[in-house]
Amino acid sequence: MSELIERIGICVERGKVNKNSPFPNDMKGLDGSDELTRQALDAGIRPDEILQACNTGMQRIGERFSKNEVFVPELLMAAKAMHAVMAHLKPFFKSGSVKAKGKFVLGTVAGDLHDIGKNLVAMVVEGNGWEVIDLGVDVKSVKFLDAIKAHPGCTVGLSALLTTTMTNMSKTVQEIKASYPSTNVIVGGAPLTMDSAIKMGADGYSSDPQGAVAFLSKMSTIG
Amino acid sequence: MKSLLEALKNGKVLVSDGAWGTLLHKRGLQIGECPELWNITHRSDVSAIAKSYIDAGADVILTNSFGGSPEKLRHYGLQDRCTELNEAAADISRSAAGHDYFVLGSMGPTGVILMMEEVSEEALYSEFCIQAEALKRGGVDAICIETMSAIDEACLAIRAARESTGLEVVCTFTFEKTVSGEYRTMMGVSPAEMVQAVKEAGASVIGSNCGNGLEQMIDVVREIRKIDRTTPVLIHANAGKPVLRDGKTCFLETPELMASKVKDLIKSGANIIGGCCGTTPEHIRALAKVVKR
Repeated sequence: MSELIERIGICVERGKVNKNSPFPNDMKGLDGSDELTRQALDAGIRPDEILQACNTGMQRIGERFSKNEVFVPELLMAAKAMHAVMAHLKPFFKSGSVKAKGKFVLGTVAGDLHDIGKNLVAMVVEGNGWEVIDLGVDVKSVKFLDAIKAHPGCTVGLSALLTTTMTNMSKTVQEIKASYPSTNVIVGGAPLTMDSAIKMGADGYSSDPQGAVAFLSKMSTIG
Repeated sequence: MKSLLEALKNGKVLVSDGAWGTLLHKRGLQIGECPELWNITHRSDVSAIAKSYIDAGADVILTNSFGGSPEKLRHYGLQDRCTELNEAAADISRSAAGHDYFVLGSMGPTGVILMMEEVSEEALYSEFCIQAEALKRGGVDAICIETMSAIDEACLAIRAARESTGLEVVCTFTFEKTVSGEYRTMMGVSPAEMVQAVKEAGASVIGSNCGNGLEQMIDVVREIRKIDRTTPVLIHANAGKPVLRDGKTCFLETPELMASKVKDLIKSGANIIGGCCGTTPEHIRALAKVVKR
């Protein structure tokens, strides 16, 4: 049994979606996270155990991404493999037998249409067990405020790629803090540094998706 | 007039232009507004930017068409105006440059990740063709496919530009320094991998733009030159990494600072040198002074 779970974790880490998927090269023809999850559920393995294995796999690939050992393609494939698992687990989330660790509201700030970085963060955070509320790109402050209202206790993530939209990011952080001072905000994106994040009043900064997971974990233990 | 490749023979170094976006914002382009639409609505502003780089001493200028692919224009509902906006971009730069200077038609990435299979290669190929053809019709000398990070998208764009226009194609990638000190694009591509792939696809000038200041670009050129000693290399460096000051985005590398490193960049093997984010006509003037001395 535990071998099946372990293999699901490996499929997520390596981005092996299903038997027909050609990626990664050395796992061609083997069952992927899709088939293995079905088999695990049929064998009576608990969905939360499967989810735990996925979280571990996603965490491992996220850490390797932080260390620049793998790049965007590997992370995208891992997320795809994770999604294949989630498709099987969805009914258990709905029934409440599996629960997310918390809620993460995420979006690219107003004026910025870039979504690749934001999507990577969404995938990794979700893969690590959080529920992600993705507001998309070009998100005005008011939309963030509405989402915080709708999802009490959430943490907020802001993304920007353009150097010109860093100023909008700064305004959004301030508006969130003015209305919801206890809501934690983390920012990220190519033009940012820890220094600029602190200056705009954010609670956290990360240059990579796994850093966002670390921030969420830290915040949830502090409570 | 000679072709770009002929102009680079005998070790001649050409000066290229600097940032366009930075200057468009100074002239009132709002965040969230489509820069390419300004080719129609604010033609004189765009034209003034093109002229300012010629006046600063650039031998080569680009066009205000970086986000002019149908895929990017779709965000603004302007995809049906792709031909019009790109042709106008090329015409503006051509008019500013006359026939004594080179005009490269800028084509940036679409934001599509091909391996996710949300958009087909065929669809993206034909969209690149539309943009490249419009740039040619507007009068560019060559196409510059820039800020690329994925081999598959870059090669598709190069093939589309070559096959639809027959023009020379320049292709530059954006690299970042990894924790182990190597240079890679966000998709994991090394300078060496880029060189091989884009040359095979038909690019005749290669290089790097954005992401780095001039100092790191010297490293990138050295990486390229390790495996290719002959293909001309174009470098468009940022004015350093942006910082936030008093709620405003600033680039701190001054024209003098950039100019002080140009000799080393040429020594490392760069053949066309200009700027990217944060650089201004003053930066290009300072670079040109060193290059043409």
